[in-house]
Amino acid sequence: MSDAKILSLEGLSVRLPKGADRTHALNDVSLSIASNEILCVVGESGSGKSMMANAVMRLLPNEVKIESGRMMFDGRDLCAASPAEMRDVRGAGIAMIFQEPMTALNPLRTIGDQVAEMFSVHTKLSGAEINARVLALLADVRIPDPKTAAKAYPHELSGGQRQRAMIAMALALDPKLLIADEPTTALDVTTQAQILKLIRDLQQRKKTAVLFITHDFGVVAEIADRVVVMQHGKIVEQGTADAVLKHPTHPYTKQLIAAVPPLKAPPPRPLSSDNILTITNVSKTYRTGGFLGRGARVTAAVKDATLHLPRGATLGIVGESGSGKSTLARCIVRLIDPDAGAIVLDGKDWAKMKRDEVRRETQHIQMVFQDPFASLNPRRKAAELVAQGPIVHGTPRATAIAEARELFALVGLDPSAGDRFPHEFSGGQRQRIGLARALALKPNVLVADEPVSALDVSVQAQVLKLLGELRERLGLSIVFITHDLRVAAQVCDLVAVMKEGEIVEHGLVADVFGRPQHPYTQALIAAVPGGEFAREHETAGSAGA
Amino acid sequence: MRILSLAGRRLAASIPTLFLILIGVFLLLQFAPGDTVDALMAQMGGGDAATARELRKFYGLDVSVPVRLGNYLLHLVQLDLGFSSIYGKPVATVILERLPPTILLMTASLSFAFFFGLVFGIIAARGVNKWPDTLISTLGLIFYATPSFWFGLMAIVVFSIYLQWLPAGGFEDIGQAQSGLWRMIDIARHLILPTLTLGLIFLAIYLRIMRASMLEVLNLDYVRTARAKGLDETRVVMGHVLRNALLPMVTLIGLQAGTMLGGSVVVESVFSLPGLGRLAYESVVQRDLNTLLGIVFVSALLVITVNFVVDLLYARLDPRISAEG
Amino acid sequence: MDAAKRYFRSPAAVIGLVLLLVVIAMAVSAGILFPRDPLALAGRPLVWPFSNPRFPLGTDNSGRDIAAQIFYGSRISLLIGGVATAIAVAIGTLIGAFAGYYGGWVDNILMRITEAFQTLPNFVLLLVLVAVFGSTLMTVTIAIGVVSWPAPARLTRAEFLSLRNREFVQAGRTLGMKDLQLILGEILPNALPPVIVYASVVMALSILLESALAFLRLSDPNVASWGNLIGLGRDVLRVQWYVSAIPGIAILVTVLAVSLVGQGLNDALNPRLKSR
Repeated sequence: MSDAKILSLEGLSVRLPKGADRTHALNDVSLSIASNEILCVVGESGSGKSMMANAVMRLLPNEVKIESGRMMFDGRDLCAASPAEMRDVRGAGIAMIFQEPMTALNPLRTIGDQVAEMFSVHTKLSGAEINARVLALLADVRIPDPKTAAKAYPHELSGGQRQRAMIAMALALDPKLLIADEPTTALDVTTQAQILKLIRDLQQRKKTAVLFITHDFGVVAEIADRVVVMQHGKIVEQGTADAVLKHPTHPYTKQLIAAVPPLKAPPPRPLSSDNILTITNVSKTYRTGGFLGRGARVTAAVKDATLHLPRGATLGIVGESGSGKSTLARCIVRLIDPDAGAIVLDGKDWAKMKRDEVRRETQHIQMVFQDPFASLNPRRKAAELVAQGPIVHGTPRATAIAEARELFALVGLDPSAGDRFPHEFSGGQRQRIGLARALALKPNVLVADEPVSALDVSVQAQVLKLLGELRERLGLSIVFITHDLRVAAQVCDLVAVMKEGEIVEHGLVADVFGRPQHPYTQALIAAVPGGEFAREHETAGSAGA
Repeated sequence: MRILSLAGRRLAASIPTLFLILIGVFLLLQFAPGDTVDALMAQMGGGDAATARELRKFYGLDVSVPVRLGNYLLHLVQLDLGFSSIYGKPVATVILERLPPTILLMTASLSFAFFFGLVFGIIAARGVNKWPDTLISTLGLIFYATPSFWFGLMAIVVFSIYLQWLPAGGFEDIGQAQSGLWRMIDIARHLILPTLTLGLIFLAIYLRIMRASMLEVLNLDYVRTARAKGLDETRVVMGHVLRNALLPMVTLIGLQAGTMLGGSVVVESVFSLPGLGRLAYESVVQRDLNTLLGIVFVSALLVITVNFVVDLLYARLDPRISAEG
Repeated sequence: MDAAKRYFRSPAAVIGLVLLLVVIAMAVSAGILFPRDPLALAGRPLVWPFSNPRFPLGTDNSGRDIAAQIFYGSRISLLIGGVATAIAVAIGTLIGAFAGYYGGWVDNILMRITEAFQTLPNFVLLLVLVAVFGSTLMTVTIAIGVVSWPAPARLTRAEFLSLRNREFVQAGRTLGMKDLQLILGEILPNALPPVIVYASVVMALSILLESALAFLRLSDPNVASWGNLIGLGRDVLRVQWYVSAIPGIAILVTVLAVSLVGQGLNDALNPRLKSR
């Protein structure tokens, strides 16, 4: 590590406007970054980590003000810099990349144009020179065919390529500091691995200092030299990556690390030989565009999927976005009608049932959704939401509401919370309401579509624990859809890996993750960030769940 | 090329719409009390039943409704809109004579409303909640609430009667036979008040949409990216906000084309402009149903044409459109 | 209620509400203040405003009291605005909801019809309807409602399209709800606020449409309507411009009031937009 400090924050406090849930986004934050060093700032949502990035760039929302402290960069205090001085620093001295490369790029201008703007704003290079530089940069970030990419619009590139273009843009003027705000959160795990490697390589070559903001300890383990842990706008712990990950001292850090599920599966549970759900040769094809059937694009979302779920077991379906795992889940509960195949639950073929019949039988199989904000009708009270299912199936309203309150206790919510509306709950609590709603119909099978991927890691651990307990207590069988192999390793007995609509490998979770056979499974496992850390570290209830 | 085929496909899709309108309005007009012949005979000062029968035969009104509809559509395909008994000319000729003032008026009003809506919208959004914004937004609300014909009348009182700066009505001064440039200036002078009158409500709508659209785009992620690149505010607005914020405005032109054409009925009546709108009004009053149906056809065609141009424009502005389909 | 509190915090919204209440008060009190028929002869024609205490706003070309016509006219404007809006929003919500929820060929057909209505200039269609069905108060009101539904239909459809695939609707479906339960119980309550806000736009436009029709003497001539009065005043515009000017201001104030209330409702129901 070099010792030259590139940026140091000294007692930085940022005040939030009146009416926010707390007074300060950042409270007396002090840290420093040296050149040629990657500093990871890690914390859960609301920890103030993104606010810090925006504060350094002086791009805070109007109502949010820097209250006190200094931000020393290149020998001057950025807190005191004039707007014109700040403009010179932005892009040239400090560059930034963002979480969502789709929305961070202007959809109406070509990639090349947007990268070139860096040069036209900060340098006096000629058009031809700029052009050459842009192509060199795009080649540098390993975008295939830089010439075509330069002429492409953002929507014509994949997510990973867009983020590469963002990185090219950020590094155009060889800034001393790169701020990366969750740059891989929106990407698939294999793409994430490539982007992390790219950032690491470029950083080492150019000796750039990197302030890397993330919520994922796996990413921290993968990329960080030093780590800063934040909670509620304060730094609770900082040190070298090795020290913080292996020997955390602050209780909050310990708790966060313990909540990260390791990739190693717990010892297998005995499985029933009786299959409650059998899926055979299920296919679903989508046609888009075209006129009267001509020239339509055909996408096979699910191809010939065959799986079975033993009674009382959890079957994980893992894959990246677009792999068809969510389509398959929706076929099982008949939110989507499969084109072919059989879905047999308790002797009845769901794939061939009529709509009316599905409506009547639906209490046997229920679904938990991904987004705790979108999955609850904002205009109904919590108790009503949970009671809805039984009411639809003929339970008198008063009985159903009373039962709903009992379910609240079961999922770890205060029964009196039933009179509140969804927006008055936190994300984790909403997911518990969603769970209670599914359980209200006393289903045998629960289909959970990414139920924890929108939650912070500590909340995620609690919800997973609850799911495990409920499975034992109620004898549930669960189909668990997730993109996160670490989560799958912890909660599933069986796992199936999907790629482009096809199941490429399935079996016991210890087998699939321990000795992957298919090259795609191998690639997925290799891409899980954090190496050693991901596989084995101390967790809260390592054995159980 | 791709853009053109896309817009062309939308154009083709509007042909059924056009027929739907024509058939609907044709059938609707069958319920009208009294037909062309009644109107004609009233104009002639009455006549006996035999004359009426003969006239009905002459105009093809003695057959059943479906047959008449079939005949009408058949003639329409040959661009024959029938005969106007009131004007004593083919409907197509009557409409063509009246088309230029309306097209001129619409183009002028649209340009006026679009340009000033754009400028005022940007000014308001740049200083949101400061006094220029408050002033512009208040004026916008008042313009929106002003009945156009009333504004026209008041403008005549002030500018034609009191100040005597501008003519109170008409398309041009028929007294002096002018040619070339002088005639153009004369027509332009006659069109100033009608343009303002028709454009006022659209100015209000455009400035409101432009303001909202600017504020929305200013909050988007890529504007933050642009600022993080070190661009100054002018470059941020010119390079990353303006074009993106323009998209809803362009969409609006297409949606409002029909409303604007409807507005010209009133404005042309106020300023006695010999345009399509005034013709529509006259044909209702004189029960010239053939002409009315012809106007329905031509105004639908006009709206479809405007939408075609808007589609082309939109596809040029937004590369995402031409990628689909 | 948060929404009510937010509404009353905006001065523009409060001004709009006060103006609207004034117009409503005029409509209610018209019969008490002016017990005589507003269209009956009252005095000398063309008395200037403020010159004769019997006619505070003067008289028109045929000697009818302008003030009385303004008060009675508010009844007509509010009636036509209210009823036509109710018709337009009812048709629009129904068509938009079905098109947006079912999609596919249902959507295709309903949207074709909507498109046809939007391609034909609405004022021209209004002229056709008046030409066919005559110009009584009832036919004019219904005609205005019938030409105004496409915009609310499109708005409702867009809301339904974005809501129907929301997870809470899917959740309702997995609970075994029927289509009608989903439409009425789950989607509609969430789709309605923007439609209600838009109803204020429809009402403003309806009032303007009726006044324009009356100005062209194509609306009901047997009621005291502001548009009628402006049309009458046109004949004496050169000197007695006040005959046209006064009812115009009444229209402007009413439409402004409705728009301000609509905007206030919008900001109160969608607080997110306000904080920008």
